[in-house]
Amino acid sequence: MKELASRALNLAQTKGASYADIRITDLKTQGIAVKNGIVEAISLNTSHGFGVRVIVDGAWGFASSAQVESKEVDKITALAIQIAKASSLVKGEEIDLGPVEAHRDTYSTPVAIDPFQVSMEEKIDLLLACDEAMRKTKGVTVAEGSMLFIRERQVFASTEGSFIEQEIIETGTGLVATAVGEGEVQKRSYPNSFGRHQGTAGYEFIQKYDLLGNAERLGEEAVALLSARQCPSGVATLILGPTQLALQVHESCGHPTELDRALGTEASYAGTSFLTPEMLGDFRYGSGVANITADATLRGGLGTFGYDDEGVPAQRAFLVKDGIFVGYLTSRETASQLGQRSNGTMRADGWSNLPLIRMTNINLEPGEWELQDLIADTDDGIYMEMNRSWSIDDKRLNFQFGTEIAYEIRNGKWGDLLKNATYAGMTPQFWASCDAICNDKHWDIWGTPNCGKGQPGQAAHVGHGASPARFRNVRVGVMK
Amino acid sequence: MLGRPRIRERIEHALSLSKADQTEVVFMGESEQLTRFANSYVHQNVAKEDVDLRVRVAVGTKIGIASTNDLSDAALCRVVESAMTAAKFQQDNPDFISLPEPQPIREIDGFVESTAACTPQKRAEAVRSICLPSREHALNASGAFATRSFEYSVGNSLGLFAYYPTTLADLRTVIMSDTGSGYAAAASLDVEDIDAESLGQEAMDKALRSRSPVDVPPGEYAVILEEYAVSALIAYLAYMGFSAQALQEGRSFMTGKLGDEVTAETISIWDDGLHPRNLPMPFDFEGVPKQRVDFITRGVASGVVYDSYTAGREEGKESTGHALPAPNSIGPFPWNVAMDPGQETKEQMLASTKKGLWVTRVHYVRPVHPLKTIVTGMTRDGTFLIEDGELVRPVKNLRFTQSILEALSDVEMIGHDTMMGREAFVENFIGGVRVPALKIGKFTFTSTTEF
Repeated sequence: MKELASRALNLAQTKGASYADIRITDLKTQGIAVKNGIVEAISLNTSHGFGVRVIVDGAWGFASSAQVESKEVDKITALAIQIAKASSLVKGEEIDLGPVEAHRDTYSTPVAIDPFQVSMEEKIDLLLACDEAMRKTKGVTVAEGSMLFIRERQVFASTEGSFIEQEIIETGTGLVATAVGEGEVQKRSYPNSFGRHQGTAGYEFIQKYDLLGNAERLGEEAVALLSARQCPSGVATLILGPTQLALQVHESCGHPTELDRALGTEASYAGTSFLTPEMLGDFRYGSGVANITADATLRGGLGTFGYDDEGVPAQRAFLVKDGIFVGYLTSRETASQLGQRSNGTMRADGWSNLPLIRMTNINLEPGEWELQDLIADTDDGIYMEMNRSWSIDDKRLNFQFGTEIAYEIRNGKWGDLLKNATYAGMTPQFWASCDAICNDKHWDIWGTPNCGKGQPGQAAHVGHGASPARFRNVRVGVMK
Repeated sequence: MLGRPRIRERIEHALSLSKADQTEVVFMGESEQLTRFANSYVHQNVAKEDVDLRVRVAVGTKIGIASTNDLSDAALCRVVESAMTAAKFQQDNPDFISLPEPQPIREIDGFVESTAACTPQKRAEAVRSICLPSREHALNASGAFATRSFEYSVGNSLGLFAYYPTTLADLRTVIMSDTGSGYAAAASLDVEDIDAESLGQEAMDKALRSRSPVDVPPGEYAVILEEYAVSALIAYLAYMGFSAQALQEGRSFMTGKLGDEVTAETISIWDDGLHPRNLPMPFDFEGVPKQRVDFITRGVASGVVYDSYTAGREEGKESTGHALPAPNSIGPFPWNVAMDPGQETKEQMLASTKKGLWVTRVHYVRPVHPLKTIVTGMTRDGTFLIEDGELVRPVKNLRFTQSILEALSDVEMIGHDTMMGREAFVENFIGGVRVPALKIGKFTFTSTTEF
C-alpha cells in the first residue's frame, strides 16, 4: 500500500500538483434482514479501491478506481491532474489549505467483541426471536429486523508527509413493527428509526440495546396507535424524546453549521445555511441552556474516528455555547477562509468519492433534569419520540417533523397515546424556546447511517448525542 | 466500459463456479464524471469508475447473496462461496419459486458515444457558459454537470442473459441573487441535447425576477406547478404506492382502491422502461423484460409493478420487470414513470388564473400520511404571486402540507410539454419521471419561511 501511495503522490507532483493525497480503502460488510419470520436476506459484500485528490494550477481534481494496482494508479493520477486542469478553466480564489497537516499514525475502533467473529446462527436466532415477539400482538402486519456489520480499512497519504492507517468497525441494528388498519399505517421502531441504529462498536452494541426485551412492546404500540387519538392541532409545550431530538439536532444544527454550506458550495443541491459567517460569535441560536458540540472522539459514536479524510485529527469543538453560535464544522480549505484551523470533519463515502464536510457526532450536551421531574413540571404538553417524517427548507430554518409515537402530558403526568404527531417551527425561535434538558443518565449517542449530501450523492455515517428536552409554545398537529 | 463479451464471460464464469440449485449474477458497472460549480467557479470535479457483481444463489428455497467489486477469478470464487455460505444459514423462503426463465428482450440503443466520451474540458466549457453571464449580472451560479456511462447485465443458471449499455448527461443549476434564486435542469442520453447556456439563461432570468420577495400568508391557493415541482411529487406518489409489495402489505394508497376513481379523469400515470423518451432500460435486475404498467388510467387506479417475489404471492401474476437489485426491503419499484400531457401551455395556465401561486420547484418532500398521500415540503428557487393572469411579484418560500391525490383530483389544466425529472429515487440508475406542468385549483400551504 505504501508503495502504491508513494507512486501516486510522486507522479502527481511530477505532473505539476502543488498538493495531492490518496486514500486506499478496503470495505467488508455483513448484513442480515428478517421479515415476518423469514430470513429475507443475508448479504456479504466487499469493495476496494482508491481515490486521488490533487490541486493543480490552484484548482481541484479527483479520480478514483476499483483496480488497486500500479498501472491503474498511474492512469487515475493522470486523470485527476487532467480534471484539475479543466477545473482551472473556471477558477475561483487560490486554494489555501492552511497549516501543514503531517501525521504518521494508526487508529482502530476499540471493540469488545469482533462482530465478524460472532456466529451467524446467534445473530439470526436473535432476530427471529425478536420477529416472533413483535408479531405476538394481533394486528401486526409486518415485522422486520436487521443487523449490519462494517469493517473499513483505509490508508491515507499526502504530499505533506501524512501516512495514516485506520480501521473503523461499525455495528448496526433495527427492529420495526408495522400495523395496518382503520385507514392508518403505524410503525414502531427500536432502537431508532431510519432502518437501524448504528455505532462504531463491536457486537457489544447489539447486546447493549436488549432487542428481545423491547420487541413485544413495539408490536403492542404499533397496534395501539391505529386506534389512538389524533395528535391535536395548536400551540403546545413539547417534550422531545432522545432519538427525535437527535434528528432535530441533525437537521437544524448539524447541517447549518457545515461551513461549505454556509459558503455556498452546496447551494445547488441541499442548499445553503441561515448561519452566515458574520453571525459567528454573537448570534443567539438558542436559549442559554443549549450547548451543542461536534465531537469525533466520543467512544462508540457513529461519527467517531481517529483522523478525517484530509488527515486531520479527530476533535471536539463547540458549535453553540450557552445558546450562542460559536463554531462551524470545517475543512482545511474552508477553515482557512475564516482564519481558522480545520476541526477535522472531511469525510468521504468510500474510496470512490471526494471528502466533504460531514457531521461527526453533533451533540446536545446533557442538562440537569431527571425525565420524571421534567414530566412532573409540565402541566399541559405533548411528548413526541422517534422520527417518521422530516422536512426542512434549504437554509435550515422552516422545519416540519413527525414522530412515530406521542403521549399527552396532563398535570405533570403521562396521558393518552397520540398518533400522527407532527410539530413545526423556525430553527432559532424553536431553540430559543428550549427551557430544560435531561441529564446524562438519559443521554446516548444515536447513529444516523444515511445522511445524504453532495453530487454525486454520498451517504455519511454520523452520530448525535441527546437526552429529552422541553420546548415551549410549539406549533403541533400540522396535518391537512 | 468492459463491453458485452467481457461481462458475459465473467458472469458465465461465476455461474460455472456455483453448486447451488439456481444461481443468478447481476453486473452493474458505472463510469461517472461530474463537474460541480458554486459561487460561479468549479469547486469539485471528479471521475469515478466502479463495478458491482452480485451473486444470488438458491439452494432449494434458501437464498444467499454476496457481492464484490473485484472481477478476478479469485474474487469470483470468493463471492460465490460467500453467497453459498449465506444460503447455508437461511431458512426456506416460501416466496421464492424460481429465478426467471429467459424471455426475449427488446434491443434498445441507449448508448450515446458523445456522452461516454465527454471530457472534463467540455464540461468545464459548458459550466463556464453558465458562470460567466452570472458573474456579469452579479449573480452566483452553482450546479453540477454529470456525464455517466452504465453497463447493466444479468445472467442466470436457467440460461438467461441480458446486457444493456446506456449513457446519461444531467445538468442542474441554481443561480442566486442576494434575495432570490432560479433553477433549471435537463437530462438526456445524449450530452449534445444539453444546452447549458440556455439552462443558465432560464435560471438566471428567474433569479433576477425573484429578487426582493414579499410575504404572503399561508393558506389555500390555486397553483401552477412547473414540471420540476410535479416530477418530485409524482416520484413520491410512486414511492408511496405503486409497488406490489406496498399493496400486499396494505401500506399503499392503492390497497383496496384498484378500479376506483382516485384522481381527476384527465390524469394518467404509467411506467414504461421501453419508451425512448423515458431514459429507458429494457429489463430489470432479475433480467425480466420491462412491461408497461398503468398506475392511474383516466383517473382510475389500475395497477402496480411486480418482481418475481411479489408476483409469486398472487395467483396468476407475473413479474412486470421491476425488480431492484437484491437484497432490498422496498420490493419492486418503477423507475421510468410518466404522466400523460394535456393541451395547455404554462402561459395559458397563467392567463386563466385570477389569484394563485407559481411554483418553480419543491424541496425536501417527505410523506406525512402515506395512505392519504399527504406530503410536506418547501417551495424553492422561484415562487411568485399570480394576480389577474400575471406574475405580479416574487414571494418568500412556503411550506405545503398536501395530499397528492387530492391535488390531482383538482387539476384544472395540464401542460402539453413534458420534462424528464431525475428524482432522488432513481439517482443511482438510468430512468426518471417525465411529467407536464399542472394547474391545480387548491393547494394547501401551512407556513412560510424568511427568504
